Amino acid sequence: MPFDYRRAPDPESAVAAATGWSGVAFLAGGTNLVDHLKLGLVAPDVLVDISRLPLDAVDELPDGGLRVGATVRNTDLAAHPVVRRDYPVLARAVLSGASGQIRNLATTGGNLLQRTRCVYFQDITTPCNKREPGTGCSAIGGYTRHHAILGASAHCVATHPSDMAVAMAALDAQVAVLGEGGRRVVPLVELHRLPGDEPHRDTVLSPADLITWVDLPPLPPGTRSLYRKVRDRASFAFALVSVAAVLRVERGVVRDVRIALGGVAHKPWRARRAEDVLRGERTGEEVFRRAIDAELAGAAPLAGNGFKVPLTRNLVVSALRELSRGER
Amino acid sequence: MDGEIELRVDGRRRRLRVDTRTTLLDALRDGVGALAPKKGCDHGQCGACTVLLDGRRAITCLALAVAHDGAEVTTAEGLADGERLHPVQEAFLERDALQCGFCTPGQVCSAVGVLDELAAGHPSAVTADLTGPVEATDDEVRERMSGNLCRCGAYVGIVAAVRDGAR
Ligand SMILES: Cc1cc2nc3c(=O)[nH]c(=O)nc-3n(C[C@H](O)[C@H](O)[C@H](O)COP(=O)(O)OP(=O)(O)OC[C@H]3O[C@@H](n4cnc5c(N)ncnc54)[C@H](O)[C@@H]3O)c2cc1C
Ligand code: SF4
Ligand code: FES
Ligand code: FES
Repeated sequence: MPFDYRRAPDPESAVAAATGWSGVAFLAGGTNLVDHLKLGLVAPDVLVDISRLPLDAVDELPDGGLRVGATVRNTDLAAHPVVRRDYPVLARAVLSGASGQIRNLATTGGNLLQRTRCVYFQDITTPCNKREPGTGCSAIGGYTRHHAILGASAHCVATHPSDMAVAMAALDAQVAVLGEGGRRVVPLVELHRLPGDEPHRDTVLSPADLITWVDLPPLPPGTRSLYRKVRDRASFAFALVSVAAVLRVERGVVRDVRIALGGVAHKPWRARRAEDVLRGERTGEEVFRRAIDAELAGAAPLAGNGFKVPLTRNLVVSALRELSRGER
Repeated sequence: MDGEIELRVDGRRRRLRVDTRTTLLDALRDGVGALAPKKGCDHGQCGACTVLLDGRRAITCLALAVAHDGAEVTTAEGLADGERLHPVQEAFLERDALQCGFCTPGQVCSAVGVLDELAAGHPSAVTADLTGPVEATDDEVRERMSGNLCRCGAYVGIVAAVRDGAR
């Protein structure tokens, strides 16, 4: 279906142009939205192009953190010298996603709000509660290799596909939103929802809510971080399971630990139970295992993805082992 | 709904009317007649439609033409100076980096982008030290070129050609 196209000169007019319409969508890099237009998953009346908004800078904040604009291209985020030096988990997560010629178009905001790669969601000939509420979930009882093992519901078992969002969840990033009611800040870990009985709602945002930037708090000196991604081929594939881990060890004792998992849930999954087990403990293989086992006690694998449970366990243990190597 | 856009394609200014739904790939091929970028998958998954967009490699099948009004586009055809091929194109011939040639215009544009990114010191997912210098090793080239698929499996030659280009 044809649609109207408008280019927003500033964030306020983007929100104003989107307010009061149900059939409106923001267009950033287009690498997810244009695909969805072609596949017939969405049919907006109006596209509001936000790709040229002046939100394309990465700025250092007075507290030592970083502000990442919503239209910063994924390439520029990963190549930024401060990101490479201070937030390796983020640089690596971004670099592990998509391809170079996609990352040159893809933006911070679009990456966070990209939608699930569930094959049924992307195929309009099959029932899907996320695409058409109330029609049922084709994945349950179907092909579930890429689906959730944590936090799913009887209505939807999809996973969130972003790598970048997993790193940002581990970094306790804060998402700045401009909406009809003005500005607000949403912690990244609360941006995406679990499916529950409303799987059509991926996030807590309303259609006219514009992400303007993402703030990354500073990491104390001595903090190490990494991103590990397991997939079906060595490059250019979505994660089966991924882990973003941030760790600070002092004299052999865990002072700060943050673990986020990708490919396992409807949102980037903060492994709070594992973190609780680890905090204040002496580092070591046994406690690493105990920690992730505590997290995975709640796992509910599906017929096609039981492998994700041991895979997640091994991945988290190896990430913690690597981050604590050489720490005494 | 239509929109009027202007593109600079391989050095030539082109004005055209496009439906808002038109992708940059379709505008280039059907509107401008620039046939070097190929439509392989039309979903971002193969890289055959890669061009240099405002100087950086980009797929064109998921980009809307109206959103790129004013853009500078270089296709594989524009990389050459008439009959004088770009060094990367020469390297592709030298290294037998193609069979049917369908993926080649995208591979070549992507390779030029990769060489620029290496020269700028951008790390990749396989770079061991994110803050150190980067080198065009086989692993680096394979990782950086992973967005360009080749059904003929000319990868061995492609990797060699891109490495040649880095010298
Ligand atoms: C072949 C392929 C492979 C890929 N592999 C990976 C991968 O391995 N890992 C990975 O993480 N990603 C992967 N991706 C996804 C890619 O990262 C996303 O498509 C991209 O990040 C989306 O960004 P965009 O700017 O193009 O978003 P768009 O497509 O423009 O927008 C996506 C959504 O976000 C909304 N939106 C965008 N910006 C804002 C904003 N500022 N405020 C509010 N709403 C906004 C849009 O309305 C739309 O709903 C892959 C994509 C492709 C095509
Ligand atoms: S898992 Fe979710 S997205 Fe996939 S078919 Fe079921 S309802 Fe749709
Ligand atoms: S045609 Fe654009 S990536 Fe395949
Ligand atoms: S040469 Fe035939 S697809 Fe690459």
